[in-house]
Amino acid sequence: MTEMTIIQAINRALEFAMKDDPDVICLGEDIGVNGGVFRATEGLQKQFGEERVMDTPLNESGIIGTAVGMALYGLKPVAEIQFLDFIYPGFDQIVSELAKFRYRSGGQYPCHVVIRTPYGGGIKGGLYHSQSTEQLFTSTPGLKVVVPSTPADAKGLLLTAIHDEDPVLFLEPKRIYRTVTGEVPEGDHRVPFGKARVVREGTDVSVFAYGAMIPTVQQACQVLETTGIRAEVVDLRSLMPLDTEAVLRSVEKTGRAVIVHEAPKFCGYGAEIAALLAEKAIYSLKAPVLRITGYDTPFPYSLENLYLPNVDRIARGIQRTVQAG
Amino acid sequence: MTSPTTASPGKGPAIVPLPYDATTLLPLLGDGWRERLVQMFRGMLLGRTLDTRMLNLQRQGRVGFYGPASGQEAANVGAALALEPQDWVFPGLREQLIALVRGYDLPRYVHHLFGNDMDPAKGRQMPCHPSAREVQYVSMSSVIGTQIVHAVGCAFAQRYRKDRAISVAFFGDGATSANDFHSGMNFAGVFDLPVLFVCTNNQWAISVPTARQTAAPSFAAKASAYGFPGERVDGTDVVAVYHHVRRVRGAMAEDPHPHLLELVLYRLTPHSSSDDPSRYQPKGWREEAMARDPLARLEELLDRTGVLPASEREAIRRELDAEIRSAIQEAEVIPPPRNETLFQDTLKEPSWPLTEERDSFDREQGGHFP
Repeated sequence: MTEMTIIQAINRALEFAMKDDPDVICLGEDIGVNGGVFRATEGLQKQFGEERVMDTPLNESGIIGTAVGMALYGLKPVAEIQFLDFIYPGFDQIVSELAKFRYRSGGQYPCHVVIRTPYGGGIKGGLYHSQSTEQLFTSTPGLKVVVPSTPADAKGLLLTAIHDEDPVLFLEPKRIYRTVTGEVPEGDHRVPFGKARVVREGTDVSVFAYGAMIPTVQQACQVLETTGIRAEVVDLRSLMPLDTEAVLRSVEKTGRAVIVHEAPKFCGYGAEIAALLAEKAIYSLKAPVLRITGYDTPFPYSLENLYLPNVDRIARGIQRTVQAG
Repeated sequence: MTSPTTASPGKGPAIVPLPYDATTLLPLLGDGWRERLVQMFRGMLLGRTLDTRMLNLQRQGRVGFYGPASGQEAANVGAALALEPQDWVFPGLREQLIALVRGYDLPRYVHHLFGNDMDPAKGRQMPCHPSAREVQYVSMSSVIGTQIVHAVGCAFAQRYRKDRAISVAFFGDGATSANDFHSGMNFAGVFDLPVLFVCTNNQWAISVPTARQTAAPSFAAKASAYGFPGERVDGTDVVAVYHHVRRVRGAMAEDPHPHLLELVLYRLTPHSSSDDPSRYQPKGWREEAMARDPLARLEELLDRTGVLPASEREAIRRELDAEIRSAIQEAEVIPPPRNETLFQDTLKEPSWPLTEERDSFDREQGGHFP
């Protein structure tokens, strides 16, 4: 075990995977000589050469489409998209191609690509360096979508992604790249997909969140502790596949549910959790399900601290839910 | 030779036909040139006959859709015979004949056209979108141009593994306007990969002529901006296509670099079974196109060289027709894919909610899933 940040854990996972398996190839913009704009690939080109850590032309469709071709031939490409906000030129390659190869070929051409990309706000990035659009991908059949919130999960989920046989979108919580540190197991540490993590146990309300919202939710729950509210925090970490059992188990225990995410509310990921609870846990619910999310606007620059769910907004929401019934 | 007028659609340079006769064919086709011509005829006639039969079946409502490739047989057969089995083909809509010439089982392809339970792709796609792993013929979508970039990634993998193989991206003239034409050409140039880009310029993207796709003098001209050669070839001449693809492929195997070939040809049929070209093709265009029918041109060459007299061609025609009829008869009685295939292959293992949807479907249907 070594103490490190999330960005370091991602770097270690890539290094381990590349050492372990010559089929692993990294490609993306500025990932080679520069080591990535966030330094996720720092030192990798020096260690593994230009062919395995490729600085590509500035073209997301080219990056993802090239990765698709590599994967069809049997390599294990890990593509970096510099910001989730810039993934859209490659969206066609993701939803029309990557997500559909296995299905449309009747299983003859599985296509396993990992796409790593930083997402989310709180870094003064404005509209185009801040968005959370995970729901565009979780609503596309044929993709897996995971989001770590700790260094250990960052390494463990990334190594699982690289060895998975399906396409995986690996969303990196850039706001907490360096602010969250933690112990990370050495070697081939893997965290299974489809398993949520209970961050803290509680009895009064279940709070579901993921990625960069986890530390904020934790703080809000600590504040509430002083008022006697014991909130359970569940880090979903794997959005597709979803750990439905963990969600239902928690709500059956607490009888209340709050969902927190940065993305806008309307048709956001929280809607799926709310629908799941309505379908399968309605009789356990003592209070309406609450979603605390980014507002249904584009992402603002100057007022981003008001746009993003913060400790205060989350604490008030949880409190309201507990008092509701 | 009595070659028809040279093809020069658009503002591009005229394409000089290869001035071959029976003696000059030898260096172009190699020692077995007679056998090669027979192979070409058989392959091209297979494509033509399939088109005729399947368009008829579509009109009778027996298959849902068909994308004919009449007019492109020389391009498909010439390229297919010039490539090596280990090369990977990334097709567009009109390249299925390449899979068949590379050895893909005809009855299997016909099962696909019917989307029945014997279709290896489980009836998932419209007709003319086969996946043929056994002949390195990659699954295609209906999105224009996306496959161009896949060929680039595949070529990287081939070079990385030091396999002596190339990747070939096929696409039409319309695809050169799509984003991924640029993405693929640029990546191939920058990484200097063994990708052969084949633009089958049939002069129409559904109803839109080439002049509305580019103001460049030719599609081949675009290659120079990406740092590699581009050439125009008469795509109605199977010998020319075979010769040029083999020449470029051979050079790429020795010294891997990208290359673009624009095969100039004519679409002799509607875009698809759902299209009516009389709405947009000018008067006389079809007559000009028919004068460049690649199959008629090959037959003329066969006559001149004395390879495969008309009686033998007729025998092949009957043989292919019987093969196709029997494949259709066989395929038409096979039921649609089994219900459980609805829920397979989205991910390797289905997860919630698909597992629940599958189980609920099965319960409602009486519980027959394995």
